[in-house]
Amino acid sequence: MAKIQLEHITKKFGELTAVDDVSLEVSDGEFVALLGPSGCGKTTTLRLIAGLEVPNAGRIFIGDREVTGLPPRERDIAMVFQDYALYPHMTLLDNIGYPLKVRGVSKSDMVARVSDVATELQIGDLLERRPGQVSGGQQQRASVARALVHQAQVFLFDEPLSNLDAKLRLEARAFLKHLQQEVGVTAVYVTHDQAEAMALADRIAVMNHGHVMQLGHPLDVYRRPANTFVAAFIGSPPMNLLPCEVDIQAGKILFEGDRALDISGYRERWGGALKNGRDITLGVRPENISISATEIPGSIPSRVYVVQPLGGEWLVVTQVGAELVSVRLFQDEAPELAEHVWLKLDLDRTFLYDKNGDLLQ
Amino acid sequence: MRDYESTFSKVILVLFSMACMAFFALPLLWLLTAPFNPMTTLAVELPDEPSLDNFRTVFKNEFAIRALFRNNLIIAGGAMLTVAAVATLASYGLSRTRIAGRDILVYVLMLFSSVVGGTAAMVPLFLLAYHLKLIDTHVGVVLVMTGGLLPAAIFMMRDFVDSIPRSYEEAALVCGAGPLRIFRDIAFPLVRPGVAVVAIWAFVNAWGAFLIPVVMLRSPNNMPASVALYSFYSEAGTPVHTLVSAYAFLYAVPVLILYLLVNWKFGFRFFGGIKS
Amino acid sequence: MEKRPGVFSGKVGLAFLTPALFFVAIFLILPFFWIFYLSFTNRTLTGITAANPEFVGLENYRRLFDLDQWMRYGQFGNALKITFQFVIGSALLGQAVVGLTVAWAFYRRKGLLREVVFTLAVLAWIIPEVVVAFAWSAFLDVDRGTFNAILSAVGLGKPDWLFDYPLLTIIIFNTWRGSAFSILLFSSALETIPPSYVETADVVGASAWRKFRDIIFPLMRGHILTDLILITLWTFNVFTPFLLTGGGPTYRTELVSIYTYRTAFKFFEFGRGGAIAVVMMLINFTLAIGYLMTLRRQKAAS
Repeated sequence: MAKIQLEHITKKFGELTAVDDVSLEVSDGEFVALLGPSGCGKTTTLRLIAGLEVPNAGRIFIGDREVTGLPPRERDIAMVFQDYALYPHMTLLDNIGYPLKVRGVSKSDMVARVSDVATELQIGDLLERRPGQVSGGQQQRASVARALVHQAQVFLFDEPLSNLDAKLRLEARAFLKHLQQEVGVTAVYVTHDQAEAMALADRIAVMNHGHVMQLGHPLDVYRRPANTFVAAFIGSPPMNLLPCEVDIQAGKILFEGDRALDISGYRERWGGALKNGRDITLGVRPENISISATEIPGSIPSRVYVVQPLGGEWLVVTQVGAELVSVRLFQDEAPELAEHVWLKLDLDRTFLYDKNGDLLQ
Repeated sequence: MRDYESTFSKVILVLFSMACMAFFALPLLWLLTAPFNPMTTLAVELPDEPSLDNFRTVFKNEFAIRALFRNNLIIAGGAMLTVAAVATLASYGLSRTRIAGRDILVYVLMLFSSVVGGTAAMVPLFLLAYHLKLIDTHVGVVLVMTGGLLPAAIFMMRDFVDSIPRSYEEAALVCGAGPLRIFRDIAFPLVRPGVAVVAIWAFVNAWGAFLIPVVMLRSPNNMPASVALYSFYSEAGTPVHTLVSAYAFLYAVPVLILYLLVNWKFGFRFFGGIKS
Repeated sequence: MEKRPGVFSGKVGLAFLTPALFFVAIFLILPFFWIFYLSFTNRTLTGITAANPEFVGLENYRRLFDLDQWMRYGQFGNALKITFQFVIGSALLGQAVVGLTVAWAFYRRKGLLREVVFTLAVLAWIIPEVVVAFAWSAFLDVDRGTFNAILSAVGLGKPDWLFDYPLLTIIIFNTWRGSAFSILLFSSALETIPPSYVETADVVGASAWRKFRDIIFPLMRGHILTDLILITLWTFNVFTPFLLTGGGPTYRTELVSIYTYRTAFKFFEFGRGGAIAVVMMLINFTLAIGYLMTLRRQKAAS
C-alpha cells in the first residue's frame, strides 16, 4: 500500500510560515495535484513529502510507515524536478540508469531495464546521447524514465511541464496521465497551471498562503468552489465575483446602483446560513449566465462593455455598476446586443460567499 | 545544515569545522595575547594583568611609528588613489569606445602582468627606478606598485562599468554633454561601488607589500611598516617580543577592520571576484 | 559580450586609456624587454660593469644551467628542485585539496560554522605577509611556540621545525596562507550546480562520496583545472617564505624567487638576475597560456 498521509504539517522558514497545519491524505494509486500561485506552499509540501525539508510540526506517513524523520533515500519515492536534473556529462543511458547504478545493479541488467523503459517512453534510440543533444520534450521524458526505473511507490512531480512550450505541454500532459494510470503509482503533482491540474488529477488540493483552500475532485472544485480564492483561481475565464447585499425578507440580492436580483424562490436553498447580510460576494461562472434582451425573472440589468470573439465562442463583458461580468456565449454568429441587456443567472450554479470568502451553504 | 542529514554527518561536520578553525586560527593566537602582556614570551599565555604598556613603548619608537603611520599611509594611500583612478578611467574608456579586440586586450594585459610578476620584474624595475632617480622615493614605490596592480584592477572594474546601461550616457550625449562631463556626472557615481572595491583591494595589497619597498627604498626613514617589522624580528639577536608583537598587531589591525567593513557590506563575493 | 557600438569615438577612448597605457608601457612592457637585454650582459650595480656592462651572450644562462654544479646548495638547479617540490606540495596537494574539501563540506550550508571557517581562512590570506611570517616564527618556536606546546602535550616532543623540516614547514605555511583563494573559487563553482542535481541524487540514494565522484567532480573539472593553474602560477612566484626562513637553513628553502632576490639584490648581479628572471618569465608564460586555454575551453563548453 502506498498511500500518503500528512498530519498537521507545519513548516516555517524563519518568520515565514510556508505550510500551515496542513493535513492531507492521498490514496494508493491516486493522482493528487497541489495547485496554487507562487509562494502558496505547494512546492514546500511536496519537498516535505520527499524528505528534502523537515517539518517543524506534524507527521508524514508513506504506506504504513512513518517517514517523518527519514532522509529521502529511505522513503521509497521518486522525484521529477522542474529542470529535469539530467547530468550534462552523462549519457541518457547513465542518467536514467543512475538509481540502479547506485543500488549496485550489474551493468547488463541496468542496460536492459533502462532500454525497456526508454523504449516505452519513445526515447529508446537516444540513449547514447547527452542531455544537451536532445530536445526539451525528450529530456522531460528521460527525467520521467529515471523515476520509473527507480521503481518507487510514490512519484513526486515539481512542475515538470513548466519548461516546455505550450504545444509540447499538452502532449506531455496526456502522456503523463496515461502513464500514471498504466503504472498505477501514487502521484503528487505540483503546478500553478489550473488547467493542467484539472486535466491530470484525480483530486486537486488548491493551496494559498500555506493552507489547503479546497480539496476535491476537479469537477467538484470547479463546480462548487469552497471560497472566493478557489472560485477566482480555477477556470478560465475565472468565475465572476460580485459584491452584493442580501435582503432575505424581500427575497432580493442587491447590487450597486440599486440593481436587484429576485431570489424569492431560492430562500430555502440558502435559508439556513443566510441572514440579512452585507459584504456578501456572489459568484457565478461565465457559462452559467445567459443574456436576454428583455427583463425576465432572475435577471440583473447591465450594460454591454465589450464583445470579444474567441473562436469557438464569444466572450461578452458587461457592466453591473462598477463591476465587470463576463458571459460566455456558444454560438457561431456574432451576438447582436443592444446596449442594455439583462443577465439571467442559473441560480443552481450561483454561490454566495461571506465576508471571509467562505461559501454559504 | 541541510535538514535531512543524519546526526552522524552533522557531528562529522562540526568536528571538521573545528579542525579547520584550529588550523587557521592557531598560528595567529599568540598575536592576540602577546601584545597585551607586558611580560610576554613566545608562549600563548593570557596575561595576568593585561595592559597597553607594550603599545605605549611602541609609540615612543619614532622609527617604527613613522614607518607605520606616515610611510604606510603614503604608500598605500597613494597606490590606492592612483590605481583606482587610472583603472576606472581605463576600463571606462575600454567599455565605452569602439576599440577592436577589447576583451583580448584585457586578457593580454593580465597575461603580461602574471608573466612579468613578482621577483622576476624587480630586476629591471629596480634599474628603471635607478635611472629615473626614483630609488628611495615613495613616488617610485607607488608608481611601481600601480604598474603591477593595474591589469587586475582594470579587469575587476570591467564588470562594474559594463553593467551601467549605455542609455544613460546616450541620453546625456543627446543633451550635448562632453565625454569628461558624462564620466564625472553620470558614469562615475554609478560605478562607485566598483571603484570602492578596487580601491580597497589596492590599499590592502599595498599596505602589506614587502618586496617592492625593500628593493626600492634605502633609508630607514622611508621604510613602511612591513620592512620595519621585518627588521625588528630578523635582526641578529632576540627580538623584543613585547614590542614587536604590539607593533605587528597595530600593523595588522587596519586590514582587519577593512575586512569586517567589506564583509558586512559585500559578503564573500568580493573576495571571490578577485582572481590572479 | 555583445559587440555594441561605442558611446564615444575611438579618440576619446584612447584619451581615457592614456594614463593606464603609460603605466603599462613603462612598468610592464619596458621591463619585459629589458630583462631579456639584461640577461645577455654582465651588468651589476657597482664597479666597472655598472658603468660599462658588456654583452656576454649566453654566458649567464650557461652558468645557471651548468649541470655539473647547478644542483649544489645555493645554485639554480637546487632552487628549481625546491620550488618544484614547494609548488606541488603547497599548491596542488595543499591549497587545492583544502579548498575543495572545505568548499564541498560547506556546500549549500549557511550559518555560523561556515562564516567562521571562511572568515578565518580569508584573514590568513589578507593579513600583511610580514605579520603572518612573524606570527608563524613565534608559532614554531622550538621551546615555547604554540605548536610545540600542543605537540609536547600529546607526547610528540618538540621538533625544531625551521631547522629540521624547513621545506615541509614552508609548504604547510603557504598552504595555510593561500587556501582561502581556492576555498572561495570552488565555493562559487559549486554554487553554479543546480540544487536539483544534488537533490535528485539524494532521492535516488547516492552516498556523499558517490555524489561527489559521479556528479560534483565531473561538473567541476574545468574549475579545478583553472584553479590549479592559477595557484601554481601564484605559488611559483611567491616570496613570503623568505620572511620565515630567509631561504635557509643553508639554502634548503631557497625558492627561485628567493634565489633571484639574492642574486640581484644581495650581490647586485643584474645580468645573472636577468637571466633567472627570463627563465621565471618563461615558466610563468607557459602557465598563463595554459590558463587562458582552459578558460577558452570552458567558455566554449558552456
